Amino acid sequence: MAVEKTFQEINERIKAGKAVVVTAEELVSMVKEKGVTRVASEVDVVTTGTFGPMCSSGAFLNFGHSRPRIKMHKVWLNNVAAYTGIAAVDAYIGATEVPEDDPLNSQHPGKFRYGGGHVIQDLVARKKVVLKATGYGTDCYPRKEIETEITLDDINEAILFNPRNAYQNYNCAVNLSTKTIYTYLGVLKANLGNAHYSTAGQLSPLLKDPQFRTIGVGTRIFLGGGIGYVVWNGTQHFPGRNLVEDGNDYGYAGATLSVLGDLKQMSPRWLVGTSMIGYGATLTVGIGIPIPVLNEDICRFAAVGDDELYAPIMDYSDDFPNLKSNNLGFVSYAELKSGKIKVNGKEVPTAPVSSYPRAREIAGTLKQWIQKGDFLLGEPVQLLPNAEAGIKANALKG
Amino acid sequence: MSTKKVVLRFGADIADKPVIYKLVKDYDLVINILKANVNPQKEGTMVLDIAGEKADRGIDYLRQLGVRVQSLTEEITQNEEKCVSCGACTDICPSGALYIDRPDMTVRFDSDRCVICHLCVKACPMRAMEVRF
Repeated sequence: MAVEKTFQEINERIKAGKAVVVTAEELVSMVKEKGVTRVASEVDVVTTGTFGPMCSSGAFLNFGHSRPRIKMHKVWLNNVAAYTGIAAVDAYIGATEVPEDDPLNSQHPGKFRYGGGHVIQDLVARKKVVLKATGYGTDCYPRKEIETEITLDDINEAILFNPRNAYQNYNCAVNLSTKTIYTYLGVLKANLGNAHYSTAGQLSPLLKDPQFRTIGVGTRIFLGGGIGYVVWNGTQHFPGRNLVEDGNDYGYAGATLSVLGDLKQMSPRWLVGTSMIGYGATLTVGIGIPIPVLNEDICRFAAVGDDELYAPIMDYSDDFPNLKSNNLGFVSYAELKSGKIKVNGKEVPTAPVSSYPRAREIAGTLKQWIQKGDFLLGEPVQLLPNAEAGIKANALKG
Repeated sequence: MSTKKVVLRFGADIADKPVIYKLVKDYDLVINILKANVNPQKEGTMVLDIAGEKADRGIDYLRQLGVRVQSLTEEITQNEEKCVSCGACTDICPSGALYIDRPDMTVRFDSDRCVICHLCVKACPMRAMEVRF
């Protein structure tokens, strides 16, 4: 009889310390060995993980009120501007903001050694951060400037809220031009000198539940070393499939997540300030999502391995910057991880930009949390739109 | 006697010449070879410890031959606390000193193969590759 489980049943097993939890990597080989029917009945939860640069990340902070009060009009944290067009002492520090005196790309390629992502990492590392703010003065908020030091423990709330994380799949980036280019996927050498990719493949959360049968608003996750939640789909959530004219189906791509969690319980090991030479500053975020094995189909999707997951190869010297929808074919994550692929007949060395060892560690950590009974599954109050929703990207005119 | 650390870079045309012998014989220098490598294109890299009164003249001799000489006052290290094993440096590194250990996918640094070109220092998104003097 086909297996059917509910979130409640699995949570009862977790509470009783009886849940069978495996990482997505372990599941791939288990299903190859025992077959999906047997594994689906044995396994309750599959844990996934990813650890890569995710630019759409940042934190809402409430600094507390000074005496006398200030209605902050401009705010800087370690000289990096935060957005304070919200209430008096609230601000949002975004991962890609850089100091106002940063030389940027005026001496190309710029270094971008410090930015909002680094501020967030310094905060979670419990380092002192210099807070400067100015205000225009009101009757109820008369103060016009303040400069002080804060730590994460001194301020009221710190809520990591990342509007777009955990991309389902990503391009494999190459450079067809004759000079080195500096991209958000790293340094790409001329004439197909290398190829960079940025997905944990068989461990990557949204490749393991590609149709959003279990992930939705309220899914409890590993976020930055602490516990967080999926709160909505991410921005640019265009779930779709890589179907090619030759009849090949290269699987799912395009989905993203909005995630949120208490920054105070996170860790600098899993939120790392990141500098992409010639591109900018960002934050590398650790995310792990548990997938309940509610039935055999969910198990089958979660058991797809690197040899059956594919990335499109994209030229970042012309096609990507000019928003051309060309690609140079598809390549499997098994090939990408082997260290070389073939593009246009040429052998090209590959390198990842997201950390597979750290993704594995996240999946392993989440597995332990669940096994210990510390972490119950959050049943979504609403699932996210999947490929069937047919959401298409709008381009900006102008 | 003070010693000087230098990096020599040879083109393929010089790699087969006995230049170290000349430094010892003609310039009376004490040479300690710390690192030596000839790549498949027959270009050579060598790191030397040189001591002797005529060290500067010996270096001039190398330069006349077309050897590129740089003083080595630094080394590159991998800060293992900062490195997250992303791998973005591994295809930038020209000497194979930075590489991915498979199937684990951990990034390793073999300092013996490092030619101190600094490319990784610039390319590392975590700023984990550090210059030590």
